[in-house]
Amino acid sequence: MSILIYLIPISFGLGAVGLGAFLWSMRSGQYQDLDGAAERVLFDDEDAPD
Amino acid sequence: MNCHTPEAKDTAPAESGHGALPSREELLLASRAVADGLREVRLSVPSIHCGGCLRTIERALGNVEGVAEARANLTTKSVTVRWSENIAPPQAAEALFAIGHPPHLTDSEAGGSTDKTLGELIRALAVAGFASANIMAFSVSVWAGAGPELRNLFHLLSAAIALPVLLYSGRVFYRSAWAALRHGRTNMDVPISIGVSLAFAMSLYDMSNGGPHAYFDATVMLVFFLLIGRTLDHVMRAKARSAVGDLAKLTPRGATVAYENGTSEYVPVGGIEPGMTILVTAGERVPVDGRVLTGASELDRSLVTGESAPVAVAAGATVEAGTLNLTAPLRLEATATADNSFLAEMVRLMNAAEAGRSAYRRLADRAAGLYAPVVHSAALLSFLGWAFATGDFHRAATVAVAVLIITCPCALGLAVPIVQVIAARRLFEHGIMVKDGGGLERLAEADTVVFDKTGTLTTGRPELIDPDRTDPAALSLASALAIHSRHPQSLALVAAQAARGGTKTNVADIREMPGHGLEARYNGTVIRLGRADWALDDPETVSAPLHHPCSVLSNDGRLVAAFAFHERLRAGAGEAIAALKDRGLGVEILSGDHEAAVRDLAGSVGVERFEARIRPDGKLARLKALAEAGHKTFMVGDGLNDAPALAAAHVSMAPSSAVDVGRNAADFVFTRDSLEAVPFTLAIAKRTRRLIRENFALAVLYNAVALPFAIAGFVTPLAAALAMSGSSLIVVANALRLKGRAKYYRKALDRPSPQAAPPHASTQPAQ
Repeated sequence: MSILIYLIPISFGLGAVGLGAFLWSMRSGQYQDLDGAAERVLFDDEDAPD
Repeated sequence: MNCHTPEAKDTAPAESGHGALPSREELLLASRAVADGLREVRLSVPSIHCGGCLRTIERALGNVEGVAEARANLTTKSVTVRWSENIAPPQAAEALFAIGHPPHLTDSEAGGSTDKTLGELIRALAVAGFASANIMAFSVSVWAGAGPELRNLFHLLSAAIALPVLLYSGRVFYRSAWAALRHGRTNMDVPISIGVSLAFAMSLYDMSNGGPHAYFDATVMLVFFLLIGRTLDHVMRAKARSAVGDLAKLTPRGATVAYENGTSEYVPVGGIEPGMTILVTAGERVPVDGRVLTGASELDRSLVTGESAPVAVAAGATVEAGTLNLTAPLRLEATATADNSFLAEMVRLMNAAEAGRSAYRRLADRAAGLYAPVVHSAALLSFLGWAFATGDFHRAATVAVAVLIITCPCALGLAVPIVQVIAARRLFEHGIMVKDGGGLERLAEADTVVFDKTGTLTTGRPELIDPDRTDPAALSLASALAIHSRHPQSLALVAAQAARGGTKTNVADIREMPGHGLEARYNGTVIRLGRADWALDDPETVSAPLHHPCSVLSNDGRLVAAFAFHERLRAGAGEAIAALKDRGLGVEILSGDHEAAVRDLAGSVGVERFEARIRPDGKLARLKALAEAGHKTFMVGDGLNDAPALAAAHVSMAPSSAVDVGRNAADFVFTRDSLEAVPFTLAIAKRTRRLIRENFALAVLYNAVALPFAIAGFVTPLAAALAMSGSSLIVVANALRLKGRAKYYRKALDRPSPQAAPPHASTQPAQ
């Protein structure tokens, strides 16, 4: 069962990465316009998002 | 991408149409400094409705000189424009208007990004969700039969994750519970906080003694579920608040002040002092109470006093803040500051009236008031019972904690918000905004509906009586004159002519004579449109229908045609009142307009009880009298004179064309033209109340089944986790039943109404 020494931190780390990614995306305003984001994906001549 | 037909839905019907664009001075006043030396202003653009609009707007604004950055938002239908603070604001409003997306300034600072509470709730929710998933992974291994060493390791890890999470995510509940306890009340958060803390402490003790059961997973999951309910509740209110804030602001932000040395300057409303000279052009609202120095015009006082007919003013007349100047520029002397104006007087009345309403306790808190003592005494009794029966205090404490956890109001915490959020969503789809869930609860109790007349039951705009029976040539000639005026009767004539189509007549040398009418030259003769005693040499020749406002068209002083007007009923007014009566509600009209107009209208919509010429404090008194007689009042109104009554009523609703303070005082705001929003909202509120009660019943049933097992000591952490998730899922599933009902009303509401068509519909560029 010594594999647990690796597995537990890995599972915990993966979860933490997900949490961090969510908090970052929220802070950078990516949830401000969900309807707009769904439409903007169809623009093919736009410059990169900010 | 094609821009499909603009929907009428969320466009404020009345004012935004011919309202003036925000000037560059107003943009500057409304803007705020952001990073990098930029200033930012948020403009509400109700006509945004698809991805193509976003692109059109951002492109157009990108080409405007001075714009550093422009970002359109489809969700909130708004545009954020940034420019360097060293230069004057760009002409963004004009650019937007030019491409068929007229903007207006908004009240709401929010726009989502500055909502601190929401950010905190979502972060707490994310952390709790992350933690409960991790702890559950450990718990499942424990339940699956991990050996004692591994079990202790997993318990230790769970505790290490749970402690910071309970401290961070649980703050929301501890704070609210503490606030309630300090004021000698209880709310739902008190049993939650006690249950979570005790369960955690007990599990910690068991873990250190190598015990088999720990409730770390249950405590964290509880916090997670409850935070879902709390966040949904907050999102609903924030959305309604920002949507109401985005409606066109009707009170001016400032006015042009003329100084004695001949210069003039645009001054914010707060900076206007008594004695200053203010210039108010036609189409502007009067910023503060004042006296007319020079000029003659007509004022639309419908939003202020409820009078439907415009009032003529000349030098020496006093004018109230908020009235709309219709025909000619006026020079006013301010007689009060904004804080002392008529508007402020209404706000004072409103604050006094609102004190009565705060006594209402929300359903969830009332349930908690009953629930907490029962749960806590059950836990205490089982502790005492087990302690006396077995003498084993540890065993007794474990059972007591199991009782607290199993009864912890997980389902109750979700029971109310989830139903209200779904109800709010349904109402939102129909253009009705709910300020908070409490409004839905109070609406379900209402038994008497009180309507204002002007602007609520009617559109507040006159309409030509029998346009088909008027002489087409006369109407065409009259509308050729009328198109040059903002007077409501002129607008009605133009609308009648537009509806009929037909030939256009050309006239020359048009002049508007404020307070009288319009004059022009036509084929060498002088034609006049306006008051009979001005337009005609012999005014006695007109026999207008009694008590209807009337304009005449004359040619060299001889009568050509007389036009009589009546107030246009709001779409669905009759149906709405009939539906309310069907439900057994009392209906009344309280209006500031004169008796004849009110009686006429009350008769046509079938309302027996009405009062006319009633002042704001009179409306307030009537609502108080109704409340004292044991009625729960539901006020629907739009004017400044209705605002105190909106605040005083048990529950209230305002159209989106209402004055700003009225919209803020109301629990509901409806954005579409039809008054059928009123019975529709009522139907949803009643159904919401029934579902909430069902959810309460389910939660009580669940407790009644689970509690005996907990007291008997049969509940393991696994059983607690299953029971908790199970009951929450049932409650959510039951709430979802609110969707897809009340089809009848939906059909009625979605019927497109011609007058609700957005003003830019014809100027929309094809893409």
